Amino acid sequence: MIEKDVSLIQSAFKEYYFNRFDLIHVPQRATEREFGYQKFNSGMTRHLVVKNDKELHLLLMREVPSDVYCSNAYYTFPNLPMSEKDWKGADLIFDIDAKDLGLSCRKDHTVFKCSSCNNHATEFRSQCAKCGSPKFETVSVGCKNCISESKKEVTKLVDIITTDLNVSKEQVEVYFSGNEGFHLRVTNVDYEQLGSQERADLVDYLMFNGAVPESFGMKRQDNSKSSLPTFDEKGWRGRVARRLFSSKSKAPKITREIIASGYSAFQVQLEEIKKTMGVRVDPKVTMDIHRIFRLEGSINSKSGLSKIHCTNLDSFDPYLEACLLGDDTVDIIADCPVQIRLKNKKFGPYHTEKVSLPKYAAVYMLCKGLGNAV
Amino acid sequence: MLKIGVKDLAKYPFLTEAGEYLRNTGLSLEQLGHSDWQPIVEKAYGRIVVASSGQIYGSDLEGLDNDSELLSFLVAIILLKSAGIATLIRRFSLAESRRAERYLQQDLWVSRDKKNLELPLKIIQDLFSINVSIDNEEFVIKVPDYLQRAVHFHEKEWKLVNRRVANGFVYLSAHETVRLIRTELGEYINAKIQSVSVDSIPQSFKSRVDDLVALAKKFSDTTYVSSEYPPCVKHGIEVLEKGENLPHSGRFLLATYLLSKGQTVDQIAPLFKNAPDYNERTTKYQLEHISGSSGSGTKYQCPSCEKLRSESLCFATPDCDGIINPVQFGKKRKSP
Repeated sequence: MIEKDVSLIQSAFKEYYFNRFDLIHVPQRATEREFGYQKFNSGMTRHLVVKNDKELHLLLMREVPSDVYCSNAYYTFPNLPMSEKDWKGADLIFDIDAKDLGLSCRKDHTVFKCSSCNNHATEFRSQCAKCGSPKFETVSVGCKNCISESKKEVTKLVDIITTDLNVSKEQVEVYFSGNEGFHLRVTNVDYEQLGSQERADLVDYLMFNGAVPESFGMKRQDNSKSSLPTFDEKGWRGRVARRLFSSKSKAPKITREIIASGYSAFQVQLEEIKKTMGVRVDPKVTMDIHRIFRLEGSINSKSGLSKIHCTNLDSFDPYLEACLLGDDTVDIIADCPVQIRLKNKKFGPYHTEKVSLPKYAAVYMLCKGLGNAV
Repeated sequence: MLKIGVKDLAKYPFLTEAGEYLRNTGLSLEQLGHSDWQPIVEKAYGRIVVASSGQIYGSDLEGLDNDSELLSFLVAIILLKSAGIATLIRRFSLAESRRAERYLQQDLWVSRDKKNLELPLKIIQDLFSINVSIDNEEFVIKVPDYLQRAVHFHEKEWKLVNRRVANGFVYLSAHETVRLIRTELGEYINAKIQSVSVDSIPQSFKSRVDDLVALAKKFSDTTYVSSEYPPCVKHGIEVLEKGENLPHSGRFLLATYLLSKGQTVDQIAPLFKNAPDYNERTTKYQLEHISGSSGSGTKYQCPSCEKLRSESLCFATPDCDGIINPVQFGKKRKSP
């Protein structure tokens, strides 16, 4: 990122970190966690210990990081190298990202940025119209549909972990990720000790990966003896039954039909159920028991929005509630071929033009690489 | 207090209570050396021989002589410790854990009406800290307790998604409950044997100890290792030799496989020279990381065949012969 852009963004971040102590706290058991941060145009600094809010605020003001992270793991010695930290356990974490949901709206708010000449296009081409280069970066800007679809995944996830896994609602914290999705943290001692492999299997459960017809009563041989789950069963068996039968009264008839169609057809139905009912989380994040995960309250440098706690998911509007940078105007050269919406105001599209924008919108475009400081 | 009878101890002779029982009888090792007790020594020896052949020693618990069932286990341990052969101890622990597994399963099953369930549940709880409870003739354990054990099984039916799960619990049959703790049971018995120290043994034990040493010779070094690479590894090497791009997961397979075969980072690194994005420093760094000599110190294991299949890196041939991990390729047991 060029120096002028960095200094504009940094000053906006600094102002936020200076003024919004109320939003920025260390998580519980902070002294057992590893912290890390990144600065613009620089690598990661990690293995840090931040004991309390005061130390965190000092760090943020001194360094003005682009991104701040904190481990989900608890260690005896969080500041030592990985092999000496002495892992004690880790919160269960989940990452739901709109870009992984295969949504059809994505094409309407994705910008293709030529890697050589920075020319922007809103439609995919095999070569840049300006310089002929075949390499593009994609940038996606905020979208209401992406957020509401991500919320649906959050709701599915919370439902399964609170019913099947017996985690209480109070132990689940939902955060807007600061860009295009949500982060969840589950603090439940029973699950804290699970290793990476165990978490991988847990993720498969949530995503409904690897389910076999036999588990739902369908027999490969002698298929007429199959007996499918009932409407009121718990866990996936009940969920599958409710999806297949849609009502209790239809269950006997549909059961007969399913059994008559056979094993392979049922396998296909389970695949369908996985697509619609499985929770689409990023398995890598949940499996990682040493990850440093974006710290709540900090700003996400991919957007300039903050990672914040969602107390009411249904009504939550990230482009209003997580857009927390200043609103004094700054001039930038905006090259943003799609319209963006922040704090209920529309901006753009702009085609390499100088515009005066509120700081939060200017920083958003700079972070997305869709504009430059003047 | 739960009352554990001698019949229970004959089933589960590795319980701490078995030692106490023996102490209470006042019987000493010296006394066991007397020729009156020779049948017990023979029984103990037989128990080891059966175990070493991979069979499970069957007990007649309906007979009146539960004492000799219990004693023969304890004498077997003394014989094994005196012979000091790890392979025999391992085989014995495994066979004894399978034997106990049968009884545990029976005890769980026949007493699921709760009358007599205390003992099997207590064994599982005390030895492995798993709380098993009963719900409608089924056994239930907490999801995390389940996951920590079931992830070591490869069959799909053990995946959590294929279990009945409700309110944080997994539902299991008696058989499955016991299957879940098999490895731990084996390890527990093994550790128990390891912890026993034997100073001197009665003269009458000695010839059987010598027999055990002779028996063990049959088991030493009977594996034959083919120097040939499994097809997935061959494929990876070929791709690299052609200078084509091998995905990260393919490189990871090569590195972990070759490391597991005893090659060093310096020996493996040149293999990646033809890769389109080769960088000597990065390659070395990553290999060292995988080998566990840098970074977190975790030594990464070769991915399973199942994982490779899902990554389209499996090119199985009949020679693979049902292995579940490439490192097993070409290892054949010569019949003893």
